[in-house]
Amino acid sequence: MSMLQARGLTKTFGSLVAVKDVSLSVAPGELRAIIGPNGAGKTTFFNLITGFFPPTAGQILVEDHDITRLSAHQRVKLGMGRTFQITEIFPELTVRENIRIAAEVAAGFGLHMWLGRSNAARVRERVEETLALTGLSAKAGRLVGELAHGDQRAAEIAMALALKPRLLLLDEPTAGMGEQETYQIAGLIRRLHRDSRYTIVLIEHDMRVVFNLADRITVLDQGHPLADGTPEEIAADPAVQAAYLGHAA
Amino acid sequence: MSVAIAGVASRRRGERDWLTTAVIALALLTVPLWLPWVGGYTALASHVLVMGLVAMALNFLLGFTGVMSFGHAAYFGLGAYGTGLTLRYVSDSTMLALLAGILLGGIAGTVLGALIARRRGVYFAMVTIAFGQIFYYIAYSWNDFTGGYDGLRGFSRQPLQIGPLVIDIQNNGTLFYYFVLTVFAVSVALMAFILASPFGRTLLAIRENQRRARFLGIPVDRHIWLSFSISCFFAGTAGALYALLNNFADPTALHYSLSGEIVIMVVMGGMRAFWGPLVGAAVFVVLQDYVSSMTVNWMSFIGLMFVAVVLFFPRGLLGILRRRREA
Repeated sequence: MSMLQARGLTKTFGSLVAVKDVSLSVAPGELRAIIGPNGAGKTTFFNLITGFFPPTAGQILVEDHDITRLSAHQRVKLGMGRTFQITEIFPELTVRENIRIAAEVAAGFGLHMWLGRSNAARVRERVEETLALTGLSAKAGRLVGELAHGDQRAAEIAMALALKPRLLLLDEPTAGMGEQETYQIAGLIRRLHRDSRYTIVLIEHDMRVVFNLADRITVLDQGHPLADGTPEEIAADPAVQAAYLGHAA
Repeated sequence: MSVAIAGVASRRRGERDWLTTAVIALALLTVPLWLPWVGGYTALASHVLVMGLVAMALNFLLGFTGVMSFGHAAYFGLGAYGTGLTLRYVSDSTMLALLAGILLGGIAGTVLGALIARRRGVYFAMVTIAFGQIFYYIAYSWNDFTGGYDGLRGFSRQPLQIGPLVIDIQNNGTLFYYFVLTVFAVSVALMAFILASPFGRTLLAIRENQRRARFLGIPVDRHIWLSFSISCFFAGTAGALYALLNNFADPTALHYSLSGEIVIMVVMGGMRAFWGPLVGAAVFVVLQDYVSSMTVNWMSFIGLMFVAVVLFFPRGLLGILRRRREA
């Protein structure tokens, strides 16, 4: 059984084919990187998986359940957490409040007017745990809008983690980061994968990050998978080198 | 180290909020003592509370859910008519009339909100205006029932009867003020309680970032609808008090120009501050009262003040205090 499966996924915007007949399968516990030149359809693929918009054709399955027709928030309930290419957070709330909202909604308290003592304690525990895991404990009381870019990215990942997702989708987590911040975020993703056994799908431009972290890599080019394999296979693939390096140069 | 600092900072913020609340509560409780000294009268204070409540009701939606309604007068006016019509045609119980007003405003808001909540941005605002105007024209044209253009007369609030105790809010303005203050306090406490709950935090989340809220699993449309409905129940409560205050309800209480005035109160007072709209309503109502006795162009003065506040203090009058003390 695979955690995530796409079957013949296609998305067109007018005459533009953004994603063309993409099929792939991600195993439980796997860290999959999706790479490809700008405009290859990586983010569109993410948006299809998470229910941002419906596909033109094809199917999406999570643990063999067809979720193609479910809304974004229903997919979150099934265990899908995502981050965005451009950080999406609640800027005027503190880091702790940001994560607390995620934890409360995930625990099914989104409509509650009151939490009993034990529920409140459970949420608090989840929040502190997530803060510690993402290294944000020391900044928990700060407004997230006032943090440095790297910490905002970490806070966004923390919000996704507070959902207790079974599938974590990260859209360019190191985008716009310096050396030091990239190193920290890559370390966090490695811990999530190796220690916490999360299934992760990752879009990333930084090739050192990709080849260091990924179990498998899917290369998209013009909306279609060009290759799919282990980092060693991808590095040795002449088609990838031609298309990808050709674009990059 | 920084944990400690952050902790202290947020505790300070909490203490300041309590201080503001305490000052406002004290000022409102002692109104009959100090108001005559500054040239006010009790009915003016009741009017401030009524408009303060509808402004805070709108701010529940605008300031704490991030959604703009330009038609809140509709639910305010429905509250007023619900109360007036009950006293006129059905019963002489003030409490029953109050309840009828709250329910009429709130249920109308809940039903229409289901249609409105799916719209976004300017479309949301336009639809709220359109629905509001429907009620205006109904009240305006239905002469036999609502009194039409002249408004609904021929009713009057009745003394409260609690067991053997009779509280004469009909003739004693001070007692009526405390009645209004009681309803106001209960409403505001309820709003604060809801906002501090997990549900309330989902509304803040929607205000801050709808996309993020949606991808945390919050059904955004449904929560905006609930927020709209709750807001309309409180707007209806304010409208019901308005009818009791004036023993009168007229179509202008439903008109979109009143909706605009409510928005002005909220923005002028400060929509990020819980008490901001009350301060905005106080300034608006008092200015209206004083300046309109001197010139018919009182709205120009309020307009000038509004522009000045928006340009120089975008966080509103209460926002200025906040910034000052933080600095």
